[in-house]
Amino acid sequence: MVVGLVLAMFVFVLHEAWPSFAHNGLHWFGAGGNVDNQIDAIYTSGDNAARAVYTFHAWPLIWSTILIVGGAALIAFVCSLFVAVFIVEFAPEWMRAMLQPVVRLLAMVPSVVYGLLGVLVLVPFINNDLISAHSKASVSPIITLDGYSLLAAVVILAVMIAPLMIAIFVNGLRAVPRGWLEGSLALGINPWRTMWKVGVRTARPALFAGTVIANARGVGEAVMLSMVSGSVGFAPNPADGLAFIYEPSRPIAATIIDNVDQLTSPPMRHTLYALGAVLLFSAAMLSFAGWLAKQPLRRYGVLA
Amino acid sequence: MTGAEALAAPAPPTAPRRNESSASWRLIDRLGLAFAWFLGVIFCLITAALVLYLFVQGIRYLRPSLLVTNPTAGYNESQTGGFFDPLLDTVVIAVMSMAIAIPIGIAIAVWLSEFGRPSALARVVESTIEMLAGTPSILLALFGTLLFEAPWLGFLSRTSGGVVYGRSFFAAAAMLSLLALPLVVTSVREGLQAIPSHVREASYAVGKTKSATTRRVLLPAARPAVLTGSMLGLGRVIGDTAIVVLLLGNTLTNVPSGSVPILSMLRGTGSTLTSYIFYNAPTGDGDQPGKAYAAAFVLLLMVLALNLGVDRAGRRGRDLRWSS
Repeated sequence: MVVGLVLAMFVFVLHEAWPSFAHNGLHWFGAGGNVDNQIDAIYTSGDNAARAVYTFHAWPLIWSTILIVGGAALIAFVCSLFVAVFIVEFAPEWMRAMLQPVVRLLAMVPSVVYGLLGVLVLVPFINNDLISAHSKASVSPIITLDGYSLLAAVVILAVMIAPLMIAIFVNGLRAVPRGWLEGSLALGINPWRTMWKVGVRTARPALFAGTVIANARGVGEAVMLSMVSGSVGFAPNPADGLAFIYEPSRPIAATIIDNVDQLTSPPMRHTLYALGAVLLFSAAMLSFAGWLAKQPLRRYGVLA
Repeated sequence: MTGAEALAAPAPPTAPRRNESSASWRLIDRLGLAFAWFLGVIFCLITAALVLYLFVQGIRYLRPSLLVTNPTAGYNESQTGGFFDPLLDTVVIAVMSMAIAIPIGIAIAVWLSEFGRPSALARVVESTIEMLAGTPSILLALFGTLLFEAPWLGFLSRTSGGVVYGRSFFAAAAMLSLLALPLVVTSVREGLQAIPSHVREASYAVGKTKSATTRRVLLPAARPAVLTGSMLGLGRVIGDTAIVVLLLGNTLTNVPSGSVPILSMLRGTGSTLTSYIFYNAPTGDGDQPGKAYAAAFVLLLMVLALNLGVDRAGRRGRDLRWSS
């Protein structure tokens, strides 16, 4: 039954999304025009079925998703790897006893609470203390910088997905056969080296799986990102120098939740479901990749 | 050290001595270890800061009256009322979705771990569950909108002139239970697999059938795992916003539909604490940060309680560790 439900989800969402893809072809994924204006045009055209507008170029939203999730995954990966190694091998008992509930709590805090703290604490901080007047002036003809930024989104998303990664990394590292590590220790290699050269290498599939699963979570994170990312259909431009990380944007999932009240307009509805279909496809591919990555572990009888 | 001292000192635990001095390591390795320490401490600090900050703000803004009054539209903190309905709805939604997720989750986990035939189907179910765990909640919400707007499910929500509104407690709880399902399944399955096979064989040896063994022996033994799984699932359910915003209608107070007392509420729309926070954040339509802080504080208390519960259940599970 669950299988059927998930299949039905694919079919329904794709079916509902089709008109939007069909009208735009591959331009759907391209850049061009202002996304927010396009969304407005699509929404208002809903009153008149004969003149429905479908023109939609989602690149700014896709680019924003890639930047935010990629950035957060990069930060979270490095931090999680060190913390996982620390928990598994080097932390004293009291530290481990403290870190485990801490990590679980961070994973359980609702995303809307992260979003609230981001909006009320991190965003004003970035606006008042980090962005210089110079960088504000440098991009002022294009976009105003007010703290709702890539930086805020990346930092908070990293905190949100790191616990997931840590949990999977720790499982992977724990599953490394003890003898392999002891073999290395016996050769006189210090524990730190051993852990990195033997432990981390053996657990590589778990690292990959954890990263991928955390990415899937990040791609689908709508609420927090809609709150802190600025919710402007703007593609941050790396050519702007340092101001780049302060530029607002809006990822795909946040676009959906920002525009839910427009589901009543048929063309808008199709467009939103098209965005949903992209999300669904990427999330499904990511979890499939994660599943594939776990297979070699299983072959060694190492269950992560 | 003299012999007397050695006797007086408590026997050192037999843990393998891992933390011998790192002074002999290369500089880069020592820097790495220091960095790991630093990150571990940072994580604790982030959590402590988060919890403390919300506690301070919560105590500043939370008044007992907030818990018993309903939200109203208004322009400042004194007009907008409290969040009795969101609080109530959070509990109702949590109970409803767990009532769906726990039995189905246990059934799937038992089938996967104890029966699992035909094995091809079992593998498909397994990867589907894994995929469900990776599906963003916003997608479940979109799918739920489509599903519950179908005419034949119209009795579950408000209908006006043949158009099914598709937003109700039933819709939201059904989709939220899908969110909790993978966590329950994974946890129960791990619990069942941790039971050594001689326990099953002993049960067969006294003449119990396979289904009786599952019901009488395996499930009671796996109870800590069931508890852990349900609490993790509950955590996700009360923490989710996207599904609630889309499928519960996101109205300020409960808007019942129909005349049967309880059923009308469940068919109607409402909002939970998460969507209340979303609405009252500066980016939402309400923009009452004080109210949002107070609600976030209540929500955090719930999550903390759940976290404590998971810890307890985990410890109980460990006490029950099978000696083989």
